[in-house]
Amino acid sequence: MSAAEAHAFAYAFSPSPCGGLRVEVAGTRVMLRPCGGLWLEAERALIVSDLHLEKGSAYARRGQLLPPYDTAETLAVLEREIAVLNPALLVFLGDTFHDRWWEARIDPAGAARVRALTVGRQAVWVTGNHERDSVKTLPGEMADEIALAGLILRHEPLPGPAWGEVAGHLHPCAVVAGKGRSVRRRCFVTDGERLILPAFGAYAGGLNVRDAAFAGLFARPPLMGALGKDRVHAVGWRSVARD
Amino acid sequence: MPRAAVASAPDLLPARFAGWFAARGWAARPHQLAMVEKGREGRHALLIAPTGGGKTLAGFLPSLIALAERPPANSPRGLHTLYISPLKALAVDVERNLAAPIREMGLSITAESRTGDTGASRKQRQRVKPPDILLTTPEQLALLCSWEGARAYFEDLSCVIVDEIHAVHSSKRGDLLCLDLARLQMFAPRLRRVGLSATVNDPAVIQRWLSPNPPPCNGGGGPRSGGGGGVLQAESAEGAGENLLRAAPSHAPSTASRSPSPAGAGEDLGVDLVLGQGGAAPVVDVLLSEGRVPWAGHTAQHAMAEVYEVIKRAQTALVFVNTRFQAEFAFQELWRLNEDALPIALHHGSLAAEQRRRVEAAMARGELRAVVCTSTLDLGIDWGDVDLVIQLASPKGASRMVQRIGRATHRMDEARHAIFVPANRFEMLECQAAREAIAENRLDDDPPRTGALDVLAQHVMSCACAEPFDPLALYEEVRCAGPYRDLSWGDFELVVDFVSTGGYALKSYDRFKRIVKGRDGLWKVRNQETAQRHRMNVGAIVSPAMLDVRYAGRGGKGGRKIGEVEEGYLEVLDPGDTFVFAGQTLKLISVTGTDVLVTPAADKAPKMPSWGGSKFALSTYLALRVRRLMTEQDHWSVLPGDVREWLEIQRDRSLIPGEGELLVETFPRGNRHFLCAYAFEGRLAHTTLAMLLTRRLERAGVGPLGFVCNDYALAVWSLKPMDGLDLDALFHEDMLGDDLEAWLDESFMMKRAFKGCAIVSGLIERRFRGEQKSGRAITFSTDLIYDVLRRHEPDHFLLRCARDDAATGLIDVARVGQMLSRIKGRIRHAALDHLSPFSVPILLEIGKERVLGGAAAEMVLSEAAEDLIAEAMS
Repeated sequence: MSAAEAHAFAYAFSPSPCGGLRVEVAGTRVMLRPCGGLWLEAERALIVSDLHLEKGSAYARRGQLLPPYDTAETLAVLEREIAVLNPALLVFLGDTFHDRWWEARIDPAGAARVRALTVGRQAVWVTGNHERDSVKTLPGEMADEIALAGLILRHEPLPGPAWGEVAGHLHPCAVVAGKGRSVRRRCFVTDGERLILPAFGAYAGGLNVRDAAFAGLFARPPLMGALGKDRVHAVGWRSVARD
Repeated sequence: MPRAAVASAPDLLPARFAGWFAARGWAARPHQLAMVEKGREGRHALLIAPTGGGKTLAGFLPSLIALAERPPANSPRGLHTLYISPLKALAVDVERNLAAPIREMGLSITAESRTGDTGASRKQRQRVKPPDILLTTPEQLALLCSWEGARAYFEDLSCVIVDEIHAVHSSKRGDLLCLDLARLQMFAPRLRRVGLSATVNDPAVIQRWLSPNPPPCNGGGGPRSGGGGGVLQAESAEGAGENLLRAAPSHAPSTASRSPSPAGAGEDLGVDLVLGQGGAAPVVDVLLSEGRVPWAGHTAQHAMAEVYEVIKRAQTALVFVNTRFQAEFAFQELWRLNEDALPIALHHGSLAAEQRRRVEAAMARGELRAVVCTSTLDLGIDWGDVDLVIQLASPKGASRMVQRIGRATHRMDEARHAIFVPANRFEMLECQAAREAIAENRLDDDPPRTGALDVLAQHVMSCACAEPFDPLALYEEVRCAGPYRDLSWGDFELVVDFVSTGGYALKSYDRFKRIVKGRDGLWKVRNQETAQRHRMNVGAIVSPAMLDVRYAGRGGKGGRKIGEVEEGYLEVLDPGDTFVFAGQTLKLISVTGTDVLVTPAADKAPKMPSWGGSKFALSTYLALRVRRLMTEQDHWSVLPGDVREWLEIQRDRSLIPGEGELLVETFPRGNRHFLCAYAFEGRLAHTTLAMLLTRRLERAGVGPLGFVCNDYALAVWSLKPMDGLDLDALFHEDMLGDDLEAWLDESFMMKRAFKGCAIVSGLIERRFRGEQKSGRAITFSTDLIYDVLRRHEPDHFLLRCARDDAATGLIDVARVGQMLSRIKGRIRHAALDHLSPFSVPILLEIGKERVLGGAAAEMVLSEAAEDLIAEAMS
């Protein structure tokens, strides 16, 4: 009997050679990628959430001159991921831009790179209502939510358990205390029924998975997939601490 | 305690003042009269005197006299004297102490304090109608200097008094204060500066800091360069009337300037030195429990019964410790022994302010027999009748110790009594060395520092908020502040560009400039909103975000506040866990927002998280004395028997290094191989050294597994033996090159330093708890900014600031560098069969704490994955 079968609360997961972590969500096998994206191999679909592009310039507008490199940084990670996986479908799971005035602030090269992401593939912008204006000029479809491979993809998780839901919005982060120090990393969170994606954007902050905002979303103590360097680490609920 | 006044006293003190002294049965002390004389002459002056010498009154006397003698005015007057204290509480205390002479002499002088705690209406009134004397903190001064109209507010300022200079000058707070002094001097060129300081080894360092036109640090004397932003030195005025200062060319010879220090001999430092009389030499004893000193440990638990007995015999004792954890621990232990129910209190920085104030008030009323305290009581407030100072565990530095001993008996003529309680054998050596240093009156040196550029960035922004500035004039003004004396124009331009646009190579923020250059060539703040936001963020103290500890009330609500803990302190605890805080055992219920909810617990064995090691590194000077004491075998006779025996066995089984040598031992133990190096440079420097050594050992293929450090030594253990290594190569200075760079960039200490710089420089706002997003706070980590900036612009100004800070403050690279160069070619290697007497204390630290190197973060995550399997199997 494997460790995973020994306990009712145990999760089936297996590391992949690419550094990702395979888990099942509502019976669908998915891959959690080290960059923070979700890969559905059968559909060749890549799902990313909460890019918050042009967050730096949004702060600069209000007088906090953060380094103006966040958009370039975020796009570079996504471009590398696309180059490796060559997805047929690219899903943006909401909060792709930090605010609706991003087009007025982004530099022309950055704007061109955003458009180039969708070239040669299908793109879906899953949005909340407030975000419609942000993406209407971009190539691809807009949707409140989409169904894919037995999963429901939406930006903000519904309250209470939701079978098969894949969402973002919460920016989950896991704090793992080691001997003498602790590590805080973005993470995937799943109880096998639903999955919350980490934020993908360079300047997107994180919310501790022990925060009350996550309470009630999961039927049992969830499994975290913490983003390490080139690897997603499986972390159990008992190993994560508060901030 | 009347003391014969010097002959000129009647001339110096007006009748009303002389009468006041006489009525109280006092005579003005010589240094008080000397300060009056300096005031009459219009000279900048630094008074160095031990605590209890009437130092504060000496600082104020010239101002009180001048204010008493001034003719009546028809129009409202501006601020006359500004007093700056590093402690809020001290400013308030001085306000109270000043009230007595003003009242008793019937002077019509107003003196008011202004701190962060002062009410808004009083602050508002102080701006509209300033008191004659304003007592405040460096942070409030920085704020006042950033207000529109600062120039008019300060243009009548006649005197600025900086108290406890020794505690601020060598820090970022000191940098900011010095910049603001330069600003005040520009507003009021005739401003006279007065500094008050505890005893220091080299007063010239502080004189230079205080000087309005600082001479070069490398001595040299000679005429100072002119210019200096038009700040002129105040010269002695004939007639010695009040404020009859005559501006003289800055190269005018100064006959009154004198300095006893060799470095400053014959050199005009621009600030006259006045020395108070030294008090009687303190009596320092070392407490040995049953004549023995334990092998290892930091708490001195073994001696607590004797400490309690000593407290019982004393009238009032201050029990100093080095960390909050030790404070809590000692407090618990003493109360466990407290059969007589002596009033023993606790005082440290995490306790709620009201609770600290209550302890201070009870102390002042003489109701307490002992207070267990940390450095929070190092400075300032007059306690009255403390007759004994106890130092639990090692003193770490002679100067700090003298300061602490100075807390006992604020009467100079009586000898102060102090007792050291060493917690382990190396500490015994340290206590003995400190005792001898104090007896010889040899103190630690505080090296002069170069002003931090993030602080300068904040100051430049403040200047722009107050009024438009001309960059060249501001540059000259800034260079009148000692720490910025050698600031290059290039760096200044860099700072201005940073303040304006963020200073990025990618110029995409031109639209969002915080300060803009007008057609007149003057820089001004973009708009009032930007200025307001800046003013909310002034100050150079960066403390970690704090959580309030509160009793859990009904319905999960927070009740009374017990104190504050640093964010991150509780991460090792789960709900239900117990910990000791504020002298009681508490059970963690939950963390809600910024509240930590707890209930009292009866747990006898609380899960007590460590509160970090000693905050203070062993001072360089004391470390030298410890090494010397160890080397001089004739000297060992002063040590207790078991410590002497320990040294003798070390000598016979391994070796005792010479004063300038580094002892490195290698030996097998269990299935591991150990390397111990006894560098005596403090935990911080050792940790850095160990991190760097581990990288090298990894490359050498010996498979290092971990390391541990304390103030005296470091130990590394590995899979393969290390006795065949080329130690000269291993400890070569070149490790401070690439290895340091590579390690530092990944180090969480760099991230911590970066956060500090980002806040001080104004890149991010102080309470930057992120955007509010649907009501939930999402932590916006400066780590993210750090990572992005490092990848895209590794040479950015702020990364440079962070590297400098990390290297000096957090990891003590300078100290490692000095050590490596000192021991070059002087490594003594002892290849042993088994562990040595010296190695026992450090090996006993293993398991208590482990600092991981290199891929540490990944290891933590991997271990968590192992835990998961264990969790699944349970």
